[in-house]
Amino acid sequence: MRADLAAIVNWVPQGARVLDLGCGDGSLLRSLWQEREAPGYGVEIDDDNVIACVSNDVNVLQVDLESGLSLFADGSFDCVILSETLQTIHRTEFLMREMLRVGREVIVSFPNFGHWSARVQVALGRMPVSPSLPYEWYETPNVHHCTVADFEDLCRRMGVRVRERLVMHEGKPVAFLPNLLGSVAVYRCAGD
Amino acid sequence: MNAPDTASRFVVPQKVRFDEPIRLTSGAELPAFELAYETYGELNEAKSNAVLVCHALNASHHVAGVYEHDPDNEGWWDNLVGPGKPLDTRRFFVVGSNYLGSCFGSTGPASINPATGKPWGADFPVVTVEDWVEAQARLADRLGIERFAAVMGGSLGAMQALQWTLSYPERVRHALVIAAAARLSPQNIAFNEVARQAIMTDPDFHGGHYYDKGVVPTRGLRIARMIGHITYLSGEAMAEKFGRLLRRGAPGFDFDIDFEVESYLRYQGDKFSTYFDANTYLRITKALDYFDPAAEFAGDLTKALARARAAFLVVSFKSDWRFPPSRSREIVRALLDNRRIVSYLEIDAPGGHDAFLLEDERYHAALRAYFGNIEL
Repeated sequence: MRADLAAIVNWVPQGARVLDLGCGDGSLLRSLWQEREAPGYGVEIDDDNVIACVSNDVNVLQVDLESGLSLFADGSFDCVILSETLQTIHRTEFLMREMLRVGREVIVSFPNFGHWSARVQVALGRMPVSPSLPYEWYETPNVHHCTVADFEDLCRRMGVRVRERLVMHEGKPVAFLPNLLGSVAVYRCAGD
Repeated sequence: MNAPDTASRFVVPQKVRFDEPIRLTSGAELPAFELAYETYGELNEAKSNAVLVCHALNASHHVAGVYEHDPDNEGWWDNLVGPGKPLDTRRFFVVGSNYLGSCFGSTGPASINPATGKPWGADFPVVTVEDWVEAQARLADRLGIERFAAVMGGSLGAMQALQWTLSYPERVRHALVIAAAARLSPQNIAFNEVARQAIMTDPDFHGGHYYDKGVVPTRGLRIARMIGHITYLSGEAMAEKFGRLLRRGAPGFDFDIDFEVESYLRYQGDKFSTYFDANTYLRITKALDYFDPAAEFAGDLTKALARARAAFLVVSFKSDWRFPPSRSREIVRALLDNRRIVSYLEIDAPGGHDAFLLEDERYHAALRAYFGNIEL
């Protein structure tokens, strides 16, 4: 399992109601059900992923995140998860607000653009390509890259409380200079 | 997938009679009635593998397979239902049920009214989706099916599947609600009204008592069907299928057929008017118009669906403008509010409302996967 997903499973309380945005083939939801008895729904736009979710017996809703979470009532989930998807969203702040509206807690993971290898590549005049940023600039689905520091700025500006943070590189936690040495960041946040 | 040999595809339509009177939503009562149906596959010993397929406006209980005497007459959902197909009849016992008021073998306006010894005609009561479900529940009783593994349908059939989960929550484990709406929009009702007016203003309609006059309001039925067809196809599908092709190569400067699409509509209208009953058409469109489970909850669909216990698969098609995806999302939202198990697919198929009848790889793959996970 991807390191950020293992961290997310650890943070989700037993029996929590979860909503996984951009849920892929539903494997995180399956793990959450198996390990945490947490029932949930996934939101996914890609046809193949949606069919994979149905095969995996995971509840999946094929809607576009960019149009918001109007299917879901206020506070209807204990936990709303956005794993490795934040950077592909156009209306980032809008979606963050929607997540805080429907969930009591929000878990977000993203590739850290502040990692030294990205900084070096940009310094050398190139868009970064790495295991956590595997796309060439002309084919990337990513539209909004950010660093650990950038994300925390956004949280502050939106009045979002960061409850826990885990920055990692190659699956291991990075405590020292995380914005420079970490390639993936996972946050556990809540509204005011 | 192996193509099954022809003989194994033969089905025989069946009929069942109920002598217990049925009280209808309108308050009217039918003293007895018959229901036509077909079955495919075998009911297992635990009777846990039954799937009810409900049909839409102009179809019948002939869901799959062919008749021995009529091998070209393939069931309307044959691409989906059969051995090795997404709804695999080697695993499931599938029941295709006709509805009350139909003109395909069940008791309907053309049947004999026992009180008069003549066809019911205009006196046949207006029936509702709820009434159809009541009648189908009796069929289920007769077949010894306590609980369906799934009830499924598209369009008007989807309304029946949804109503099943409300009328008999404990008797439905899964509901597949495809190309649906929880109630018609005023625009939908408007199309239905034009179709009804076309029929009722046909001089051969005779107020619905045309059977003993030896005529059929074919002109009205034709136009009703043409209107229907326009709403079943997307603009894109029409453009793809017909373009602006001229039948005669050049404009005729007359009112004969110029464009291909005119030819298609006339053909569909003509065909329909030879096999469909006008009184049935009037009643089905009314059943569509009246369907609104939220009505008794001041329009609150969430409250209306609170009774449902089934797990749901809701499917819509992006090019469907008759029951667009937004209408399916209303159903999904209400199910989510009630914390029901639900998955929702929005398929980017070009076929319009009719897409639910067509073969689409993604659509069929999803249904196959869904049925594959239903435990027996």
